[in-house]
Amino acid sequence: MSLPFLLEIGTEEVPDWMIIPALNNLQDMFQALLDQHALGGRVSAVDATPRRLVLRAEGLLDRQADVEELVMGPSKSAGAGAAAGFAKKMGTTADQLSTHSTAKGEYFAFSKRTPGQATAAVLARELPNLILKIQWPKTMVWNGKGTERFIRPIRWLVALLGDAVVPFEIGGVKSGNATVGHRVLGKPSIPVTIENFGEQLKTNGVILSAAERRDKIESGIQELLAGKPLRIKPDPDLLHTLVYITEFPTPILGSFDPSYLSLPQEVLVTVMRHHQKYLSVEDADGKLAPHFIAVMNTNADPDGLVRQGNERVLRARFNDARFFWDVDQKKKLEDRVEDLKTVTFQAKLGSYYEKTNRVIDLVKQNGGSERAARLCKCDLTTDMVKEFTDLQGIVGGLYARAQGESEEVARAIYDHYKPLSMEDEIPSTEGGKLLSLADKWDTLVECFNVGMIPTGSRDPFGLRRAAQGLVRIIVEGKVRFDFPGLSPELSEFLRDRVEYYFRDVRGFAYDELRACLAAGWNDLLDLEARLLRVKAIRTTPDFEPLAASFKRIKNILKQASFLNSNELDVNLIEAGPEQDLYFETRRTRGEPLESRIGPLRPKIDLFFDKVLVNAPDSKVRLNRLTLLQGLLAEFSEIADFSEIVTERQS
Amino acid sequence: MSTGLTFQETVLRLKQYWSERGCIIQEPYDVEVGAGTMAPETFLRVLGPEPYRVAYVQPSRRPADGRYGENPNRLYKHQQLQVILKPAPADVIDLYLGSLKAIGIDLAKHDIKFEEDNWEAPTLGAWGIGWQVMLDGMEISQFTYFQQCGGFDLDLVPAELTYGLERIVAFLQNVDSVYDITWAQRFRYSDVRLKDEQQFSKYNFELADIGMLWQLFDLHEKECQRLIKLTGVVLPAYDQVLKCSHIFNLLDSRGAISVTERVGVIGRVRRLALGVADAWMKEIAPKTEAVA
Repeated sequence: MSLPFLLEIGTEEVPDWMIIPALNNLQDMFQALLDQHALGGRVSAVDATPRRLVLRAEGLLDRQADVEELVMGPSKSAGAGAAAGFAKKMGTTADQLSTHSTAKGEYFAFSKRTPGQATAAVLARELPNLILKIQWPKTMVWNGKGTERFIRPIRWLVALLGDAVVPFEIGGVKSGNATVGHRVLGKPSIPVTIENFGEQLKTNGVILSAAERRDKIESGIQELLAGKPLRIKPDPDLLHTLVYITEFPTPILGSFDPSYLSLPQEVLVTVMRHHQKYLSVEDADGKLAPHFIAVMNTNADPDGLVRQGNERVLRARFNDARFFWDVDQKKKLEDRVEDLKTVTFQAKLGSYYEKTNRVIDLVKQNGGSERAARLCKCDLTTDMVKEFTDLQGIVGGLYARAQGESEEVARAIYDHYKPLSMEDEIPSTEGGKLLSLADKWDTLVECFNVGMIPTGSRDPFGLRRAAQGLVRIIVEGKVRFDFPGLSPELSEFLRDRVEYYFRDVRGFAYDELRACLAAGWNDLLDLEARLLRVKAIRTTPDFEPLAASFKRIKNILKQASFLNSNELDVNLIEAGPEQDLYFETRRTRGEPLESRIGPLRPKIDLFFDKVLVNAPDSKVRLNRLTLLQGLLAEFSEIADFSEIVTERQS
Repeated sequence: MSTGLTFQETVLRLKQYWSERGCIIQEPYDVEVGAGTMAPETFLRVLGPEPYRVAYVQPSRRPADGRYGENPNRLYKHQQLQVILKPAPADVIDLYLGSLKAIGIDLAKHDIKFEEDNWEAPTLGAWGIGWQVMLDGMEISQFTYFQQCGGFDLDLVPAELTYGLERIVAFLQNVDSVYDITWAQRFRYSDVRLKDEQQFSKYNFELADIGMLWQLFDLHEKECQRLIKLTGVVLPAYDQVLKCSHIFNLLDSRGAISVTERVGVIGRVRRLALGVADAWMKEIAPKTEAVA
């Protein structure tokens, strides 16, 4: 018999961003449970709202199959007494035993049958542990010290196998067949079956399917904007959040006084997006319009109260922003530098005042302007940034412009936290790039100096992001920036980021990357140029055999523990393949790699074919090693070709 | 919308509601605090195995938030209604929603959401898990399941509900500035509190004597350290912690604490708070255990 299964874990509101990883984790663990206990069946669906995680499975057996195994007993020669003892241990009588012949002789054996357990019993036993094992970033207790932990309190549990409840209990909550509806639109206790579960939820104000909630939001927005010259600013992340903080989402269109449009668009959008979770609306020209979309967690706004409420909250927020702007202008950025002494950069690393001075030095050393560096952190003391921390840098740039700083300085300050992610743009001006680099470089060096080194998933200071930004600005922004005096830890850390960037973001093959990194990576632009060359050469027919030869050369030198201390002695070179190789190397020296590999390849092949490197005469031997070493060294300025994975490994 | 309730009627209704649900209705604590959580009715009462239910309005002083009475939404001192339900009952959210109905909010006509917002107070060795409660896009409450306080894992998990009264009432009365709130018939919020905001902003930002504040900090710290070692005076010792905490906030608003000092001063307040919590736990431990 094949049975469907339904599990609903009912909780108080779970943070939106944790839901999908938890659902995936639940799905994997439940499938593993079915497999491990041979219960048959596959997980067919998982879905969630902020208040429930739901899993469905199909095709479960109603009980495990019986298991039969042959248990070997004592040797037949041990006699009837031993047989009786063995039979007793097996819970049977001696006449039920069989005999089994093996290489060592005849043995008693018993065919033991273990009856399968009812699936419901296995699930009832295993589910509490499984549910409590779901991984969350941060858990809590709600029943008191030392009790079960979960992301938020578990308030109800639905567990049905076919028509029957799978009985278990977590923290005083017993599983049953009753779900809970929307806090306002639904009933608090609704008996369900596996078949009518989704439907019952819907009549009680809960759309279980995230995809359906998303559709409802998107089509709702289309209706709201139909016939108006308006569209929403696309924002997939915010949409995702809205899908997972609602059980019954309904969008509404609100408006604000167009006079607020005189505030910078960055400020308006940040207030709407980060503080209010509103989608911004723009007109046909892409200009911000005095409207917003809010998504309610209910079905309607019959009296317009929700719209009015949201409009008033937004008005207060915008008034705050305007107030902050006006108050902040009373003290120029220039006059705030001293105030940075009271702003902590990091407890062990002192204030932003000290950081500012270090950044100024770095920028000056690299030929940049001091002014932007001097002012770049001053916005941390403004009311605007204290309230809207996401706008750090941006506000500084806007204030700099408003206070008559040059466009170059304003732009550099505006951009100096960029890029904030792999998708974010790098700073748009040379001044901005250099300032951003100097700021990130200082953060990295200082943090590593006091041992704040990211480990595993712990990176509280965002050093990976800083390093990644650094790499992108140098490479994509074509900035010359040598890494001065790297500590071994920071060197390893940066190298990881460089590798990640070129491999995962730029798509270079791992061996090309290793090969080029081995020839140095202090100058990332040079590294990029070499990578591009190696990638291009790689497709030429002579390349792979040559790479294999280099591997061979390297091995030979390694085995000989060869340290190059000798000049090549031309007189010791034998006529024939050795001399041919030598002449060819000399003839093409200075030419680009691309034109050298073609003519060199046959000479190298022939050399290895005909010439004995380990010549009996030690002078000749050392000279040949020197020849090979020289060849290797010339090519190794571009890449260590022995790192290239070739078909023909030698 | 307007429910027609004055500021004080709203407060009275909330007190009535929680009184009917078994809460002691306390008066505000009479030492300066930065939040209702710091009053001993929360900080000390959440510790230990005894159930407790209490509600009180706590005027909360945050010197650095003062705006000379010029900002419509920012106050140096605001009124929080604080509710502690220890342990949190399983229907605690329903109880909370019931309190909103009690002050005239018809949930069928509004949008209510619980958005992740965990709470942490390092100086109190305290943290909890919870939400900010959003009504039509406005944060009206903080809802926290306390996990730790004074560095101790809590025996019973209390729910702390904090209502920002000025915000809620401004919202219900449909006014854009807290100063326009009708506090009582014929009296506005500004009639009651504007001078307070103006004068204390001036004092907190410009006039407070920094040298004197440092001296006071040292004196209260010493007194606390002395009291912690004695028995039967945990509550007076805790008052000294509150004094230190408020003085720290004043020094901060005067811009008198440098970055390097800051960590140290926070650490001093924290040590006092943890010491008091420890003394309290020893005091409330069952006598048989104390003997053994």
